[in-house]
Amino acid sequence: MAKRIDVTDLNVYYGSFKAVEGVSMTVEPRSVTAFIGPSGCGKSTFLRTLNRMHEVIPGGRVEGKVMLDDQDLYASSMDPVTVRRTVGMVFQRPNPFPTMSIYDNVAAGLRLNGVKNKKTLDGIVEQSLKGANLWTEVKDRLSKPGAGLSGGQQQRLCIARAIAVQPQVLLMDEPCSALDPISTLAIEDLVNELKNDFTIVIVTHNMQQAARVSDRTAFFNLKATGEPGRLVEIDDTTRIFNNPTEQATEDYISGRFG
Amino acid sequence: MSTVTGVSAADQTPGPDRRRPLQSDTASTGRIGDRLFGGAATVSGILVIVLVTLIAIFLIVQAVPALMDNSANFFTSRVWAPGGEQPAFGILEFLWTTVTASTIAMVLSVPVGVAVALFLTQYAPSWMRRPAAGLVDLLAAVPSIVYGLWGLIAFAPVFKPVQSFIEDKLGWFPLFAPTGISGGTICFIGVVLAIMVLPIVTALSREVFDQTPTAHKEGALALGATQWEMIRTAVLPFGRPGVISASMLALGRALGETIAVTFLVSALADGNPWSWSLFNGGETFASKIANNASEFSNPNKTGAYIAAGLVLFVLTFVVNSIARVVIERRKAFTE
Repeated sequence: MAKRIDVTDLNVYYGSFKAVEGVSMTVEPRSVTAFIGPSGCGKSTFLRTLNRMHEVIPGGRVEGKVMLDDQDLYASSMDPVTVRRTVGMVFQRPNPFPTMSIYDNVAAGLRLNGVKNKKTLDGIVEQSLKGANLWTEVKDRLSKPGAGLSGGQQQRLCIARAIAVQPQVLLMDEPCSALDPISTLAIEDLVNELKNDFTIVIVTHNMQQAARVSDRTAFFNLKATGEPGRLVEIDDTTRIFNNPTEQATEDYISGRFG
Repeated sequence: MSTVTGVSAADQTPGPDRRRPLQSDTASTGRIGDRLFGGAATVSGILVIVLVTLIAIFLIVQAVPALMDNSANFFTSRVWAPGGEQPAFGILEFLWTTVTASTIAMVLSVPVGVAVALFLTQYAPSWMRRPAAGLVDLLAAVPSIVYGLWGLIAFAPVFKPVQSFIEDKLGWFPLFAPTGISGGTICFIGVVLAIMVLPIVTALSREVFDQTPTAHKEGALALGATQWEMIRTAVLPFGRPGVISASMLALGRALGETIAVTFLVSALADGNPWSWSLFNGGETFASKIANNASEFSNPNKTGAYIAAGLVLFVLTFVVNSIARVVIERRKAFTE
């Protein structure tokens, strides 16, 4: 189910503004890759290019190549809708659909795919909520509004919603930054379980979190103020945090800047 | 709309003095500015309620004596002869015309208005959005006499062949039966009303659709929703209460629209046979009252018209209440 991502020489633009420059990396299937770096260094922007969500922002476009196994995500025949069905995303702030019940939130993506059979839906909703470690907390109130849950539960609901459509890759854009430490821990545990089935890419501002959950870590930085962001290095997480190749990485993780 | 923000459990927890904190005036610091503003707001609020109540009382007090003298059934009679020794009047015809014309107006204007609003907020290129929105707001403010004039001079000749065509093809169906009237038919009035209220529906719907949080839209798109699916999952549910409110405002205007309708209606002669046809003539409440304002010669006759006005008042009230119920019913899902 999980696939490898291969990025070659990717530039990201918003209009004429070059936001990210020259990123090449490989993300292994069934692994967790963390993106760290100071604010505004383009890690979220780059993350969004992995499921073409940057195109939602007016003027967003890329140069370069992103391959999902042998599929070119930016081939002219590739529909962004198809890409997003294959590469799911969880956002910084939990965003369950406010007008929908817990059940309908999880079923939303399946319904978009045309799944109507009640039995099938029931099964996948239960399985997805279990997969997001939320089932026991909500199984008695599936018809209640999703927005009535706590922040951490809402975020796990959003994860359930994302995994319900069986994506190949799960992108997480600072999924814990709006959550308290307990809820954060719950999400981190979940990430650890999810990597058995999915390729996971997670953007985080929290370096301890990157160290705790990820197998590989990519450090992004700006060349200089006003310059585009770029990938400084990507390596095994233990190596990045103990013995990085680049001085800039060393400076960042040891707290000398950022 | 009905979205409540900034609510927390602390709002409900009583303080040491057993008063609920942050409830209306209890959040006041007691300073002069707080007291002045709080007082002014409270007075305004009460004033509105008092005004509506007074209007209702006025209508009832004026209408009751005339209704007591009425020798016909007020609700089921089609006779309208309120003056004289034996006053006889019923509102059936006005009720029918008013309700059907307004229904036609709603059926046409709400879907189109919502579609235009969706186009302006979701599909239109960004350079076009602001000017077009301004134009729609402007249209919403055009005085109804202008629509009346336009309807009479420009639109009536266009509508005539359409009506003949429908009468020709669907005349066997009672609603479309030919009646020989071709000018200000109920259907024609309905269409003019639809055009008139369309900018209202559009302007208000556009406003709410525009406020759909980006997070909801992106949530849908990230699930692999197409543009239309995103609108269905995120934009429409978010805007639903606003669209209902917009439709109610529009319906209120359609039900009570006077000058354009007075201008356009074909009044029916006394004793004409009843017809279900939308291509029949007939007066609405508002046009009947307006057309006869000069005849308010004695209290009983005036009372008859006021009774008709009272029905219109109650009608709008009922419609609005239904809309509120519809919105409230799903309130838990709109926050």
